[in-house]
Amino acid sequence: MLVNITVNGQKRELTADPGEFLSETLRKAGYLSVKQGCDTGSCGLCTVWVDEKPVLSCAYLTARADGRSITTIEGVQKEAEAFAAFMADEGAEQCGYCLSGFVMTVLAMEKELKDPTDEEIQHYMAGCLCRCTGYMSQTRAVKKYLESKK
Amino acid sequence: MKYIGKKIHKSDGNALVKGLPVYTDDLGINNNTLIIKILRNPHPNAVIKSIDVSEALAMDGVECALTYKDVPDVYFTLAGQSYPEPSAYDRRVLDRHVRYVGDEVAIVAAVDEKTALKALKKIHVEYDVLEPVLDLDTALDNKALVHPVQPHTNFDIGCDASRNIASTTYTEQGNVDEVLKSCDAVSGLRCRTQAQAHAMMETYRASVAIDYNGRLVVTSSTQIPFHVRRHLSRILGIPKSMIKIIKPRLGGGFGGKQTATAELFPALVTHITKKPSKIIYTRHETFSCSTSRHAMMLDVRLGADRNGRIKAIDIHSFSDTGAYGEHAPTVFYVVGHKTLPLYHSEACRYYGHALYTNKMPAGALRGYGATQGTFAQESAMNQLSDMLGIDPCELRLMNLLDEGDVHHELDGSIPGNPAVLKSSALKKCIETGKKMIGWDEKYPRVVIDDRYVKGYGMAVTMQGSGIAKIDTATAFIKLNDGGFFTLIHSASDMGQGSDTVLLQMAAEVLEVDIKNIIVTSDDIDTVPYDPGAYASSGTYVTGNAVIAAAEDMKRQITETAARMLHTDAESIEYGGDVIRSKDGSSISLREIGEKLCGFTGKDQLIAKGTYGGDTSPPPFVAGFAEVTVDTETGRCAVTDFCAVADCGTVINENLARVQLEGGIAQGIGMALYEDVIYSSTGRMATDTFMTYKIPCRKDFNCIRTAFESSYEPTGPFGAKSLGEVVINTPAPAIAHAVYNAVGVRVTELPITPEKVLMGMLKKDG
Repeated sequence: MLVNITVNGQKRELTADPGEFLSETLRKAGYLSVKQGCDTGSCGLCTVWVDEKPVLSCAYLTARADGRSITTIEGVQKEAEAFAAFMADEGAEQCGYCLSGFVMTVLAMEKELKDPTDEEIQHYMAGCLCRCTGYMSQTRAVKKYLESKK
Repeated sequence: MKYIGKKIHKSDGNALVKGLPVYTDDLGINNNTLIIKILRNPHPNAVIKSIDVSEALAMDGVECALTYKDVPDVYFTLAGQSYPEPSAYDRRVLDRHVRYVGDEVAIVAAVDEKTALKALKKIHVEYDVLEPVLDLDTALDNKALVHPVQPHTNFDIGCDASRNIASTTYTEQGNVDEVLKSCDAVSGLRCRTQAQAHAMMETYRASVAIDYNGRLVVTSSTQIPFHVRRHLSRILGIPKSMIKIIKPRLGGGFGGKQTATAELFPALVTHITKKPSKIIYTRHETFSCSTSRHAMMLDVRLGADRNGRIKAIDIHSFSDTGAYGEHAPTVFYVVGHKTLPLYHSEACRYYGHALYTNKMPAGALRGYGATQGTFAQESAMNQLSDMLGIDPCELRLMNLLDEGDVHHELDGSIPGNPAVLKSSALKKCIETGKKMIGWDEKYPRVVIDDRYVKGYGMAVTMQGSGIAKIDTATAFIKLNDGGFFTLIHSASDMGQGSDTVLLQMAAEVLEVDIKNIIVTSDDIDTVPYDPGAYASSGTYVTGNAVIAAAEDMKRQITETAARMLHTDAESIEYGGDVIRSKDGSSISLREIGEKLCGFTGKDQLIAKGTYGGDTSPPPFVAGFAEVTVDTETGRCAVTDFCAVADCGTVINENLARVQLEGGIAQGIGMALYEDVIYSSTGRMATDTFMTYKIPCRKDFNCIRTAFESSYEPTGPFGAKSLGEVVINTPAPAIAHAVYNAVGVRVTELPITPEKVLMGMLKKDG
């Protein structure tokens, strides 16, 4: 089937099987930042925005995205670059495989929460698993990044 | 120093944060790549009576459906180890005898995933189901055999398949039984450590194509590209020269990718069909059809005099290596060898077997046996401190090896000539950790209210830095026409930052801006040999090679500049970007680079450095846990964890800190909830992130770290390793804290609320 989706501001007509999930469609269309880490919607790696809201694209049917606007990290490179500096200062990247979904979640949180506390940050980001860092450095980077935007 | 010890940004960090396509499956090199799916065995122990793939093969879009009849009949190991590998050659590509739920039965390649999955359902298999061995405790001498035929081994590893023994270790210094009799106090525990999953975020995967020279090009998320090439060459029966391995960025490994789990299947399919192919393991397959940490049972006894002087250490162990013996002898060996030499003793012994069972094979996982050994030995130390009424920190400080001390079990020892501990700041690590957590004020417990109690516990640990007398790495440095350098190595960065750390070392020696060096480590056609990312070897082994290469480059530049400036090398003062002669003339690196590549120079400077250590200097960690126990539910929460590491000179403070924090987090997971569980029928029950819990952001926010640096004289700029030692202290320290909170000594990991609560109820009668 054909679906009409706006991806990162560009109108695209994409082919997908009826039961296909958005993460797969996006990867096939060349948005390779979208990673899949599990089969159960429980790791957060595939997080993209649908109409500006973060969703797990591995659990979001492509058919549902018809007529909607999708943002992947390819579409927010400037914002990601700004955040990357804070990650670098903490050495918080490690393997980086979780970072596309993580950064999309951080940027969504930035828009959604005003002055989040540590607990609010952890709660908002809880669905983003990372096996390398133990999370501490990422939390430090997020806090310093948010602080810098004040 | 300009770069050593500084918070240098990770060389690939920016690309990773921006989500650039840098991982194996992002680098599609062909259209029409065949997708591979594996038909897997549903029984823990069975023999294939018949298998019929004709219906699958008849399907449109199915390229091949391979069974044991179609694949090379060769025995091998998939363990990433230097040749000749110590692990038994107990595997075949496909075997009629399938030995665990998930073992490979048939390999299907089709035009797309959907077709491949459909084809799996069209394969008809009849099994003779055999009695399985599912319990480590009954594996030895069980009448059911995992391997009825004795496998080939390259060494005498004490493998006896007729008794389900994969390997045997026995090492003893002095006479343990005699010395134990003379001790005033002997602590004794039976400990069980569970299988742990790597749970790296990028699942196993590889893609293969044939290039214009007819060579097999394997792109793989691997820690061990050179070992993968050797394995594939042996299995496919083609020369190593016909295989190229590309290792892109890795989405984590933790030892999982030190076994060639997935590469074989696309390599075989492409070798047979001549068409590009790839395999991507699902998360389910990554959990249940790869490797895990070896589950172990350890009986430990520690004997001491009444003043707390340790006289004897005795550890007996059984290790569950599952259906195949990847890393079985080496992990098992490390259990004792990275724990016994922590302390002085009159006598010490480590012995036992790694045993085959009909479960998923165990393999390498960060810590590599030291994690299991540390849990047992440190738990017994904490028990001993109780028995003697000596503070557990004091007990360690009394008994630890000091710099300059020798121990026969230290890696690099030869009979009669024990290795010397040349660097250790572990005592300082303990002192610092005590201050950080407030030990003197809070140990052993602080009662919060009727319901909550905070307990405090500690443990220390060591690991190694590379494998003494086995690991060898080489690095190249090239001066390019633009006057910049290329650092060429194969330490297999999997996120830990070896590319960056090695760049720092090269920049420090070459006295140039780090931006003036590029690093390449991803194509083994061009990089020099390196065993890969394991045994905590990147910083220490490859680092020493990089320093040697950089020194060689400096010498070559000095000689070249002398020639160009018409003087002798003694008159040259190397200054990095600009090389000066005593007579006042000078030449820049850029000019040298350009001249060499022009008609006047006709040369290219390529420097080489190689290192292999006679010893494996241990890094150390002292870990201190504060655990808040809910006495109503038994739930334990880590509310503070202070880890102080001695990794010698800290090369990159940021990357080191994150390695330490990340390892502690994995260790907390292992201590409290991670557990690979099998059903009574041998099926893995924990094969998703829903059923296998790894730490998430809400579990703790309290890992605090510090470094106490010793100076390792054999290390690069005084550095030792850090990558593995970091995972070892949480389990024993947390168990100790729980004991100090509520008096329940949990010796079987993980420390679940049920175990704590049941322990409390039992204690209260």
